[in-house]
Amino acid sequence: MRHLLGIEDLSREEVVRLLDTAEAMLEISQREIKRVPTLRGRTVINLFLEPSTRTRVSFEIAAKRLSADAVNVSAAGSSLSKAETLADMARNLAAMNADVLVVRDRTAGVPQMLAERVRVPVINAGDGAHEHPTQGLLDAFTVRQALGGIEGRSIAIVGDIAHSRVARSDVHVFTKLGAEVRLAGPPTMIPVGIEQLGVKPCSSLDEALDGADVVCMLRIQQERLEGALFPGVREYARCWGLTRARLARARPDAIVLHPGPINRGVEIASDVADSEPSRILDQVTNGVAVRMAALYLLTGADS
Amino acid sequence: MSRLRILGARVLDPSRGVDERLALDIEDGRIAALEPSPVGPADQTLEVDGLWLVPGLVDLHTHLRDPGQEYKEDIESGTRAAAAGGYTRVCCMANTDPVNDSPAVTEFIQRRARQVAHVRVQVIAAATQGLRGEIMSEMASLAEAGAVAFSDDGHPIMDAGVMRRVLEYASGIDRTVISHCEDLRLRGSGVVHEGSHATCCGLPGAPAEAETVMVARDLELARLTGARLHIAHVSAARSVQMIAEAREAGVRVTAEVTPHHLALSDQEILGYDTNTKMAPPLRPARDREALLDGLAQGHLDCVATDHAPHALYEKDVEYSAAPFGIVGLETALPVLLELVRTERLGALQAIDVLSTRPARVLGLPAGTLEPGAPADLALIDPERIWKVDASALHSRSKNSPWLGRELQGRAVRTWVGGRLVHDLDEETRA
Repeated sequence: MRHLLGIEDLSREEVVRLLDTAEAMLEISQREIKRVPTLRGRTVINLFLEPSTRTRVSFEIAAKRLSADAVNVSAAGSSLSKAETLADMARNLAAMNADVLVVRDRTAGVPQMLAERVRVPVINAGDGAHEHPTQGLLDAFTVRQALGGIEGRSIAIVGDIAHSRVARSDVHVFTKLGAEVRLAGPPTMIPVGIEQLGVKPCSSLDEALDGADVVCMLRIQQERLEGALFPGVREYARCWGLTRARLARARPDAIVLHPGPINRGVEIASDVADSEPSRILDQVTNGVAVRMAALYLLTGADS
Repeated sequence: MSRLRILGARVLDPSRGVDERLALDIEDGRIAALEPSPVGPADQTLEVDGLWLVPGLVDLHTHLRDPGQEYKEDIESGTRAAAAGGYTRVCCMANTDPVNDSPAVTEFIQRRARQVAHVRVQVIAAATQGLRGEIMSEMASLAEAGAVAFSDDGHPIMDAGVMRRVLEYASGIDRTVISHCEDLRLRGSGVVHEGSHATCCGLPGAPAEAETVMVARDLELARLTGARLHIAHVSAARSVQMIAEAREAGVRVTAEVTPHHLALSDQEILGYDTNTKMAPPLRPARDREALLDGLAQGHLDCVATDHAPHALYEKDVEYSAAPFGIVGLETALPVLLELVRTERLGALQAIDVLSTRPARVLGLPAGTLEPGAPADLALIDPERIWKVDASALHSRSKNSPWLGRELQGRAVRTWVGGRLVHDLDEETRA
């Protein structure tokens, strides 16, 4: 594995290896001294060209727990505002002998574009509506942790599938690991041709929830209102929001995931977010472990 | 003047249905004779056993970028690329800087072409002032200055009322309006065809209907006005069907298709190569099939390149941020020859849609090897395999989706008015 650009490019074995490695990394995070010298002397550059707090912090903590030096570059402070092209900027950063480039951008394909132009391993930390592979991996990790396995499970992903990189990475990771994936959301948010990814589109929330083992609620972007994809927050919550009553359609031991940050009372009712089935905070904890695993495997520190 | 005799070529002249081994003589810039066996003396003889000799190709859709964006292309480099591609005549679009919406710019382009161009250049002027789609340009003055057609290519005229008046006015001066059919509202932020490939790689898509609703509108307006309408770069199956139906019903419509829409499908976008980004976008294989059928059956009149040069650094950016468009003058011929090899088109038919029929669409004096006609010719080696790389292309810009790939077939010599403007072997020796 040279880069981590998307789950789609990974084999099932590579996915399992990342998840297994993350188990060991989780153990490090639970120690009192949460630091191992594995990546001492390595430099990780977090190039976040789209605002993000939790993913950037998660990558930064992951790098630090492995003793790597993490440098954060954000859009506002970057030279892109001085009309330097993104490719030139990445070449410059790579020329500072970075060991890993972690890239977040609002445009699909940017991590791949940079991976083709620099000689440094690139981790995609979310690119437009394409993929967010470490999120997909941490979701799979959380399901494996909670339910013991993924094969044969029913996973419902609900919300704005069309604009969601999380949905795409989840679809790839869960189908690769043998789960059945159902998608649901307003028709304006279901992308054309999605069924060709081997998923089952559902026409209502209830249909998607029926007998599901895992319910992944996607964050609804308020700014999509401007795109006229749905008439308003209230109607969205009414049709597509997850409440306790609706969750009752899922299996009794079903768990609830959300990539965060959550809109309480919109896509997820407050009491559901704070309830026993919710694994939202476990996802955050596991995210650090998964990112440690990705950094570890991509720097070749295992060999 | 000396007389050049070309012997042994397979001569393809779609204007008269000729496809046979003939000797062709050029004298005084014109085709002096075309006979089974040579008659009389010649000053110079060229033996070209097995090569094809065809009327020079004609492109109805070229962006020469001159004036204003000479860093992408200029009249010299663009027409050099044309000559290398077997073209002897190109029609340049109006989205220059300044926009070609005034006789002064039209005259500038023609004067510059007389000084530096390697092939004949004809001017398509803006249909509306500043390509803004609001007030029509001075079409009568522009026509008098030399404009052969009118188009706001790249900037679809969104207001149906304006389009109606443009068509009416153009018909009064006997000029065709060329329409880039894309409803910009329906396209929205789309940069590729909306389908499973766009969904998979997360790029914003636009449906084929962004094209077809505009095709439908313009066909209705052509019916209303009786004007001559030419639809640029048709990319959707449904467009082909509507055009065929409208023509059947008497609407004066013609249409073109690009080599890339004939050869490539939207699967190409998967690697995020910005040289797969153009407007209209690459479509699924079923649309491609319909375009091939439409061209073979004559519902689509001709092939046009939509040669759209962009500098390397402009294309070396995020997919969504990259400009639309690719170069095409040097790859059109091999792409069409591939269709001949796979028996989607006959050889004569391929030359017809590249030369004779585009000339007829705008009534240009080209696309024929009839004795007495100007000696605008291309000599083609249909077998020659070459690699499309930056050094092989004569265009100033190298934004081709075929970059790094091999193509078969190439123009080895091109003559304009009897003057040799391209000699591949000379170039290879140099």
